[in-house]
Amino acid sequence: MVNNTKTNDFHKQQNKEEMKKQLITFATMIIFTIIAFLIVGSGMMSKMLAIPLLLVLALVQVAFQFYYFMHMKDKGHEMVAVMIYGGVWAAVLTVAALSLIIWW
Amino acid sequence: MSHDHSLNPETMPHNPEKATLEGKNKFLGLWFFLGGETVLFASLFGTYLALKNSTADGPTSEELFGLELVFLMTMLLLTSSLTSVYAMYHMKNNDFKKMQLWLGITGLLGIAFLGCEIYEFYHYIHEYGFTFRSSAFGSAFYTLVGFHGGHVLFGLCWLSAIMIRNAKRGLNLYNAPKFNTFSLYWHFIDVVWVFIFTVVYLMGKVG
Repeated sequence: MVNNTKTNDFHKQQNKEEMKKQLITFATMIIFTIIAFLIVGSGMMSKMLAIPLLLVLALVQVAFQFYYFMHMKDKGHEMVAVMIYGGVWAAVLTVAALSLIIWW
Repeated sequence: MSHDHSLNPETMPHNPEKATLEGKNKFLGLWFFLGGETVLFASLFGTYLALKNSTADGPTSEELFGLELVFLMTMLLLTSSLTSVYAMYHMKNNDFKKMQLWLGITGLLGIAFLGCEIYEFYHYIHEYGFTFRSSAFGSAFYTLVGFHGGHVLFGLCWLSAIMIRNAKRGLNLYNAPKFNTFSLYWHFIDVVWVFIFTVVYLMGKVG
C-alpha cells in the first residue's frame, strides 16, 4: 500500500505538470484567436495577406488542440496519427478538388 | 466477483481510460471515427468554398456576418474545451465528483454556444431573409455550420447520457474510457469550429 501511495503522489505530480502545459496551450489558443479577430476587425491588412495569415493561425491552433488537449504528443499515439493524418490527407484532396473545379 | 474487483481497483492505474482492452479499443475506434469525420467536414468546407460567392442577389457573407457574436461563440467553445481537459485531469486523479462538476460546466458552455447559434440563424432568417433555399451560398452555409451545430447537440446528448447513467456508479475502469472518448470527441468539435470561424466568418468578412 505504501508503494501505491508513493506512485499515486508521483502520478498526481505528473498530472499537475501536464495541467500547466494545458493551461499554456489554452492561453496561446485564446491569444491566437484574438489576433485572428483583430486582423479582420481592424481591416488593416489586404486580403492577399490576411487570408494566408488567418489560415496559418488556424492550423497552429488545431495542432495545439490535437497534440496537447487530445494528447497526440504522448507515447502510444502512432496508430492515432496514422488515422487522423489519413483523414487530413483525404480532406486536403477533397477541398483542393472542390475549389479547383470552380477556379478552372 | 473478480470481474468487479478488476473494474474497481483499490488504486486507480495511471491511465484508467486505457487500462482495459475495451478502453484501448474505444480509444482507437474513436480516433478512426474522427479521421472519417475530418473527410466529412472537408467535403462540406469544399462545397462551401465553391459556392460562397453564388449569392443569387441575396445578402453576401460580408453583409451578413457580425464578428462580435462569432467571437463570443468561439470563446464559449474554446473554454468548454479547457473545462473538459479539467474533467479528464480529475478523472486521472480518481476524483469522480470534480470530474462530474467540470463535465457539467462543459455541457453548460455547449448549451450557451448552441443558444448563440440558434439566435444567429434566427437573426439571418428574419432580418435578412437569408434561408437555406435563398441561394447556393445559403444552402452551403447552413449545411456546414448546421452540421457542426448538430455535432454539438449530439455531444450534449451523449454527455448527459454518460453523466446520468454513471452518476451513482462512481468512477471505474468500465466507465473511464466512456468519459475519455467523449472528451476527445468534444475537442474535435472545437477543431472543426476553429476552421469554421476562420474559413466561413473571418475569411467571409475579408471578402
